[in-house]
Amino acid sequence: MSSETKQILTTDGIPLEVSLKKAEKKNKIKAFLLVAPLLIFLFITYVFPIGEMFTRSVDDKMITNMLPKTFKAMEKWDGKELPSEEVFAGFYSDYKVLIENQTQGKLGQRLNKEKNGFNSITKKLMRQIKRNKIDESQSIKEQIMKVHKRWRDVEYWQAIKRTAPPYTMAKYLKGMDMYFAADGSIAQVDEDRRIHRILWLRTLEIALFVTIFCFLMGYPIAHLLATLPMKYSNLLMICVLLPFWTSLLVRTASWMILLQQQGVVNDFFVMIGLVADDNRPEMMYNKVGTYVAMTQILLPFMVLPLYSVMKTISPSLMRAGKSLGGTPFVAFWKVYFPLTIPGIGAGCLLVFILAIGYYITPALVGGASGTLISNQIAYHMKTTLDWSFASAMGLMLLSGVLVIYWIYNKLVGVDNIKLG
Amino acid sequence: MALPSYTETRYRIWHYFYIAICTFVFFFLIAPLFVIFPLSFNAEEFLVFSEGMKRLDPEAFSFRWYHEMVYGTKNPWGLAAKNSFIIAIFATIGSIILGTLAALGLSSRHMPYKGLIMAVLISPMIVPLIISGVAIFFFMAKVGLAATHTGIVMAHIILGTPFVVITVTATLSGFDHSVTRAASSLGSNPFNTFMKITLPLILPGVISGGLFAFVTSFDEVVVVLFLAGLENTTIPVQMWTGLREQLSPTILAVATCLIILSTLILVTAELLRRRSERLRGINR
Repeated sequence: MSSETKQILTTDGIPLEVSLKKAEKKNKIKAFLLVAPLLIFLFITYVFPIGEMFTRSVDDKMITNMLPKTFKAMEKWDGKELPSEEVFAGFYSDYKVLIENQTQGKLGQRLNKEKNGFNSITKKLMRQIKRNKIDESQSIKEQIMKVHKRWRDVEYWQAIKRTAPPYTMAKYLKGMDMYFAADGSIAQVDEDRRIHRILWLRTLEIALFVTIFCFLMGYPIAHLLATLPMKYSNLLMICVLLPFWTSLLVRTASWMILLQQQGVVNDFFVMIGLVADDNRPEMMYNKVGTYVAMTQILLPFMVLPLYSVMKTISPSLMRAGKSLGGTPFVAFWKVYFPLTIPGIGAGCLLVFILAIGYYITPALVGGASGTLISNQIAYHMKTTLDWSFASAMGLMLLSGVLVIYWIYNKLVGVDNIKLG
Repeated sequence: MALPSYTETRYRIWHYFYIAICTFVFFFLIAPLFVIFPLSFNAEEFLVFSEGMKRLDPEAFSFRWYHEMVYGTKNPWGLAAKNSFIIAIFATIGSIILGTLAALGLSSRHMPYKGLIMAVLISPMIVPLIISGVAIFFFMAKVGLAATHTGIVMAHIILGTPFVVITVTATLSGFDHSVTRAASSLGSNPFNTFMKITLPLILPGVISGGLFAFVTSFDEVVVVLFLAGLENTTIPVQMWTGLREQLSPTILAVATCLIILSTLILVTAELLRRRSERLRGINR
């Protein structure tokens, strides 16, 4: 507004611009207040706990807190030769405190994970201290070194030093089958023990193929549903929506019944002579089971976005393509298919996101060769109780999912998710 | 889908091939649900069709497993069903309230950072359940709500709200805001306007979002497995343990009941969707 024109005033004498801005701001706050309860609830119960998973996954304070004097003394140690008397004395007094608090066992276990053989030598040292065999007026270094020959080995002291930082990325490395070697560099786990990389690749492979299968099966039926007259398509739509609304466990249970060795599918194969009765293939507790069950379970998530896009494509476009001389195939490929690409993108991304984090179905029908990364996370949460490793793996999976979610949001928009 | 009479043979063949594929896919989608029905009436203890069943011998069928499901000794289904319904109902109410409010705010054109906030609100639907389970478990354990109904209800509200947000926002996208302005100009206060004008118009969206939230909670097992103690067992948890350990046909009886329930919910949801489209004047 130029300064020459007179400002327009409201009836209260306030400039209109100011008044409008004020109203705008009020509306903004009003809108935000409506969203606030859910947003705050989600932040407290969901977003922050996910953040907490991160601190848990890198947390390595236990030893840092257990051996404060040792690490203080170690700051000056170059880590090449055996540490000085000071470090030994620090370790001795730290360890004595731990024995008094009866928490020395935890230290031994934790250090044993860092380097094999710590458990026995810490126990041996503990017995010596308990029997008052260590004379504090003499050199503690000499006395500890006499307890066991491993205390004279610099590698063990290097291992202690490695545990000093309160944070560690070790769990993330473990998730990729790598670890910190003795000299602090990153090393690969032996070939035959690389279990996690196999799991990551398998998760990607299964998610990818399930997406492809869903696409190949979903595209024709979405097309049929979109082109049939309403009264037939509504009926057929139920075939898509009923599985969608049915309990996941019910659907998995039915696949377990169908795919078992004496199950209906095998019966059918025997009946048509595809396989011999005494040589029924194992279709469950392996990848086949995971593929079949997951494809059927996730298919509705492919069909619904495809259908909603195809519904908006006017049939006259195909007719125009054909009348201009294209064969039906050309008309389909050049006219119809490009128009359905948004639906394909939406469906494929959604199915892929859902498939990559699948847990229940692989756990029930997957067996050993059909389990995914989610199952490994659950295993560490429930069985090994290595929660920090479970958190690290979870966050690695999450970061992958969030990237796809971000792409999905850019391409489709989260508010366009189709729910039947 | 009748073909015009002038169709060439190769397209005719292609067309029948296409119909065959579609038939197969529909069969693939729906048939697994129907294998459960007959087997749940199996008189025997195995999860395969007995010779008697294949001959349709009436002796081979019985209500044995339904009887077992309801009256069986030390069976967990009664407690599980009670818990499932209580948790699902409260989670649905919570999701509806929080989700509808948020959707109203998000549909306002004055809402700042709309895209970002929407992405956060929908995230529980996208983030793998196992990760949600771990995170929610850490939180609930810290505040002492693990192994309580309250904890599970809260967890299910987290998982249920995205559905309500999505369905209500979709309903509001066709919403004519001049009607609420008309109400205000006629002297109605915002609360009354909401109750008498907005709510009745968006009700189909709210209810169908609520149905989604209900089904999500009723069917959810991953998070409950982390949170639940013996007292909080739910139907899906029992099915999960059943499928992993002792495969008894009682599970099929329960599954049949669940399929009937989901059919009812599907019909309700479809009727609501059509009503909503009629109300908003969308003709398809």
